[in-house]
Amino acid sequence: MTIIDPMQIGDRELTEEEEIYKENILDHYKHPRNTGTLPECTVHHHEHNPLCGDRIEIFLTFTDETCTDAKFVGQGCAISQASMSMLSEQLKGKTVDDIKRITSDDILSLLGIPVGIVRIKCALLSLKTVHVGISHWENFTNSATTSPHSVKFTETGELP
Amino acid sequence: MIFQQTLHVEQLKSDFPILAQQVHGKPLVYLDNGATTQKPRRVIEAMNTYYHEYNANVHRGLYNLSAQATHAYEESHRKVAEFIGASFEEVIFTKGTTESLNLLAYSLGNTLQPGDEIVLTQLEHHSNIVPWQQLAKRKGLVLKYIKLTPDFHIDLAHAREIVTPRTKIVSVAHASNVLGTIAPVKELARIAHDNGALFIVDGAQSVPHMPINVREIDCDFFAFSGHKMYGPTGIGVLYGKRHLLERMDPFLFGGDMIREVHFTHSTWNDLPWKFEAGTPNIAEAVGLAAAIDYLTGVGMRHVQEYEADLTAYAHQKLSSLKGITVLGPKGARGSVLSFTIDGIHPHDASTLLDREGIAVRGGHHCAMPLMGLLGITGTVRASLSFYNTHEDIDKLAAAIIKAQEVFGV
Ligand SMILES: Cc1ncc(COP(=O)(O)O)c(C=O)c1O
Repeated sequence: MTIIDPMQIGDRELTEEEEIYKENILDHYKHPRNTGTLPECTVHHHEHNPLCGDRIEIFLTFTDETCTDAKFVGQGCAISQASMSMLSEQLKGKTVDDIKRITSDDILSLLGIPVGIVRIKCALLSLKTVHVGISHWENFTNSATTSPHSVKFTETGELP
Repeated sequence: MIFQQTLHVEQLKSDFPILAQQVHGKPLVYLDNGATTQKPRRVIEAMNTYYHEYNANVHRGLYNLSAQATHAYEESHRKVAEFIGASFEEVIFTKGTTESLNLLAYSLGNTLQPGDEIVLTQLEHHSNIVPWQQLAKRKGLVLKYIKLTPDFHIDLAHAREIVTPRTKIVSVAHASNVLGTIAPVKELARIAHDNGALFIVDGAQSVPHMPINVREIDCDFFAFSGHKMYGPTGIGVLYGKRHLLERMDPFLFGGDMIREVHFTHSTWNDLPWKFEAGTPNIAEAVGLAAAIDYLTGVGMRHVQEYEADLTAYAHQKLSSLKGITVLGPKGARGSVLSFTIDGIHPHDASTLLDREGIAVRGGHHCAMPLMGLLGITGTVRASLSFYNTHEDIDKLAAAIIKAQEVFGV
């Protein structure tokens, strides 16, 4: 991951290109893509950032190792929510391994504006939720005798 | 406005070296004084001088440097005592408000029985909730919270209802770090004492902004932090009534707090040292003394009056903006202004204000239960000091409008 300069955000006027990204972030914030829940999903996970109160809950469906549906509900600042909205658009059609290979840098380049050290947690909450959700699911399926894809979560996110 | 003349704000501002800088190419407007205040030159220099000229451990060495350090360290207790109307033995140095409150929860906790009740208010900082929650869990105690009125004051009628002879401790924030509510501490002290309970005041947000006299309040304990009153981090105070401190167990054990140590038992040192185990924060104590000298020079009465005027101006200015909701009481209040901006999360607002050189806090301000009660996850908070000006408030308002333009709200 690139070293983050704490002074990076806001230490200069944004370039024209970054201005476009900023508009894009605001657009995703106001009109988030792929919001909603999937009661019959494969991976259901919730993370929050206690410092900010940002919350993200994801619902991912995998069919034969490939993500066939991704939804989320969330609450929080523009950066956290836009980041999740943008990430959600990337997930469908990707394999579990593809998704595991998404890096923090990928998220930052999706956002496209400099994110300083104070906001980096907001920016990366989306990826954390997806990665932790997948790893819980894998740990669970590895220790269970059932085949991974037969595991279903109930609507409340509890294991049946 | 009258006091702007008596206070010479621009001159006071120049006592704070950090305030002269630019942030993102704009002059710094520091409005996060509730989190920590900036330090005047004389505080920084006093600590420097200590390290340059008389650094030594206290209460130990029999040589000149140690005698100087010990004198300065004890003198700092004396200055704090005078500043809050206490006596020397009643002033214990801690790391800050949080440690002071933990000390109380531990030490007073030893005397409580299952079923005993502790009463707090709904607007407390986490540091005046969590230590009591943990104690309640350990000892089987009951926690109760005094409600706020719809206009964000402490509901005294509710306090009278829930403080009963079962109540052993009542602990409240003197000034809220979120709402600016000032608790009616004298009345609460009476209610607590009428029921035989101890009365604790968290003065973290009041000591920097108003004259304090612990005897007038008649609190049993009073806690505050050096870094919020223009002193250094790492030092805070616990005041306690002498007869209570004498009966209490120490919280930390080790060097300095003992009189005699035997292989089988030990006896405790005199107050206040009984509660100050280990090598203390000497430079910080020296810095705190310098901060008190500084505040005394400015005059807490002047500070209070100037800040009241500035707060009223800021309240009116912010309330006049569209899409802004200012939380907290109207009229007499502390210099903390929390607000929400329709359509802009507090963190996004803080980031955008930062780009204008304005430092404010966005978030839950260590008062998550209160946020829950208000039905929000956070606020933007501007907390004012005597070095802030009307111009700072105008810049804040302009920057908010600019942020609203960016978000198109
Ligand atoms: C009302 C109140 N109480 C307690 C504290 C804790 O102070 P400290 O972090 O210095 O221990 C704060 C600081 O934010 C506060 O505002």
